[in-house]
Amino acid sequence: MALGTLAARSVWNRRVTAGLTVFAIAVSVTLLLGVQKIRTQTRESFASTLSGTDLIVGARGGPVNLLLYSVFRIGDAMTGVSWRSYELVARHPDVAWVIPISLGDSHRGFRVMGTSRAYFEHYRYGERRLLAFRDGGPFDDLHDAVLGADVAESLGYAAGDAITVAHGLGEGSFARHDKHPFQVVGILERTGTPVDRTVHVSIEAITDLHGDWQGGARKSPSAATAQAGIRGERDLTPDSITAFLVGMRDRTTILQMQRALNEYRGEPLLAIMPGVVLGQLWQMVGVADKALLLVAACVVLAGLIGMLTSLLTSLNERRREMAILRSVGARPAHVFGLLVLESGLLAAASVVLGFLFTWALLAAAAPLLERRFGLFIYAGAPTPLDLAIGAGVLGAGLLAGFVPAWRAYRNSLADGLSVHL
Amino acid sequence: MSAPPGVFDWPVYCRHRSIPSADDRLVHCVMTEPAIVLSDLAFEWTAGHPVLDVPSLRIERGERVFLHGPSGSGKSSLLGVIGGVLAPRSGTVRLLGTDLPALSPSRRDHFRADHVGFVFQMFNLLPYLSVVDNVTLAARFSARRRQRAGDLRGEARRLLHALGMDRPSLLRRPVTRLSIGQQQRVAAARALFGRPDVLIADEPTSSLDADARESFLALLMQESAAAGTTLLFVSHDRSLGHLFDRCVGLDDINRARPDREAA
Repeated sequence: MALGTLAARSVWNRRVTAGLTVFAIAVSVTLLLGVQKIRTQTRESFASTLSGTDLIVGARGGPVNLLLYSVFRIGDAMTGVSWRSYELVARHPDVAWVIPISLGDSHRGFRVMGTSRAYFEHYRYGERRLLAFRDGGPFDDLHDAVLGADVAESLGYAAGDAITVAHGLGEGSFARHDKHPFQVVGILERTGTPVDRTVHVSIEAITDLHGDWQGGARKSPSAATAQAGIRGERDLTPDSITAFLVGMRDRTTILQMQRALNEYRGEPLLAIMPGVVLGQLWQMVGVADKALLLVAACVVLAGLIGMLTSLLTSLNERRREMAILRSVGARPAHVFGLLVLESGLLAAASVVLGFLFTWALLAAAAPLLERRFGLFIYAGAPTPLDLAIGAGVLGAGLLAGFVPAWRAYRNSLADGLSVHL
Repeated sequence: MSAPPGVFDWPVYCRHRSIPSADDRLVHCVMTEPAIVLSDLAFEWTAGHPVLDVPSLRIERGERVFLHGPSGSGKSSLLGVIGGVLAPRSGTVRLLGTDLPALSPSRRDHFRADHVGFVFQMFNLLPYLSVVDNVTLAARFSARRRQRAGDLRGEARRLLHALGMDRPSLLRRPVTRLSIGQQQRVAAARALFGRPDVLIADEPTSSLDADARESFLALLMQESAAAGTTLLFVSHDRSLGHLFDRCVGLDDINRARPDREAA
């Protein structure tokens, strides 16, 4: 039957109020979907950032903190790990590989990380995938740099370009190591992890950069010039690094190694298993993001109640309309159906609009989230969960429509063909 | 004032009361039974306060009857009962040979959609439909009237034309911006759409000025005669009575004195 057309025309007739109602619900749906998406995507993106690494070793402190600064480039290390401890672990017979990490410098807002060639051989992410080069290869020389995909793309660099590195972080770098231009020798394939936003140089290059920096102040230019030389003339082995990643030969030795490192007397070290600490992190965050989800669901509820209110208040002025429909042969069931259809239409429009808002917002916010927080959020196709949320809101909307529908049904039975207001 | 000669003597050929599926038989009944027969009808909104107590009322097919009564005399209730929207406490209501109270509520709604057109005092139109869609609305709930109308939009235009509503600018205008007289003509076109057997008009001219009233009535009469539709016209204004075949005072046929209970 054409009851749907009638419902659509009736809603269109009240398009200003209906539009506001739809907008309110759409915003609430956007909030719910957005919170849900950021929640799941953050977890996915964190979980896929590192794989195949058995232990992360840093200075003693909070395990979550170590994980965040070493892998996700969130926050900073207070102290580092001595090179001696690093070499001790590296030489251990149970250890398959180690990757040193030295952070603290930046290039135009992107972090610079000192590491070794082991990084390109052993660092894995996602489904145990190794890093791949889109262009060029790993660094060889002291002043070679390998760029993540985002760095190269947003700054428009290609292999062969020269870049300079600044001390400290932030876009407007305050002090530049202009004496040491680096040459881009490789650009990595996109990984969807913080690697994309990192400039990789050798650990020796970091030491070299800081050779003329002591106590945060520049030595006299003449002294720096005098010291500057080619590799080999000076010992560029660092005193300390920020942290290092460890891969064991045999997974059964992980716990043993972890305990040994945590009880190491030579230096206060902390060794963590990334998966375990990530789990702890989610436990901490879980309460907050469940609360957020609950708030979002409540906002949806408030939106639906708003729709209910506007439908109910419109009923009185629409009693005449119902009586007309009755007089041309509409059954009370038609009146009921008309109102359920109307709220269904409103809810459906809200859900569709909510999805559009969410996707538009995610597309707009993704670069910002990536830049500011290192969160890799992509909208992608709606997941079954997104669709379930949409269907849930639609169902709740239809259900809410039963209230005014029932009222109108009762009214139309009582009023008959004549309305006395 | 009198029924066409001989109609009271028409034999009742068909006693099948409610076989809506056998439409041909129903049509046969419709052809041979009077349009409206009430006997021993009683209706009340609240128990103990009867609004209607009508021993007998009979309206023949094609008759044009003027029913008058002061406001609060139970007119609206009577129309609700005849329209099958209100259920009487007791008595029989036979519309075109069909015993309405014996039907289920939804069958009654079907029956009303198929056989009865209504025009009310005012606000007859759905504000969100166009003029033509308001007229064809009658066919949305009735297959019979849809079928009888044939080309829906063509028939709507024909009726609107016959009722003096044929200016294209009028047809394009939102119904809320038509004058009350124009709205009533659109309502009359809808009530006549698909040639229903009975047209019930409840104070359709009360909101019109004297000139508009006369011309509206003339058109309504002319078109209902053309469609072979029985006309039951209700008004408190006795001055219109002379235009009809018969005048009935509600106070004369209704033994209940409801005061304002029907209001």
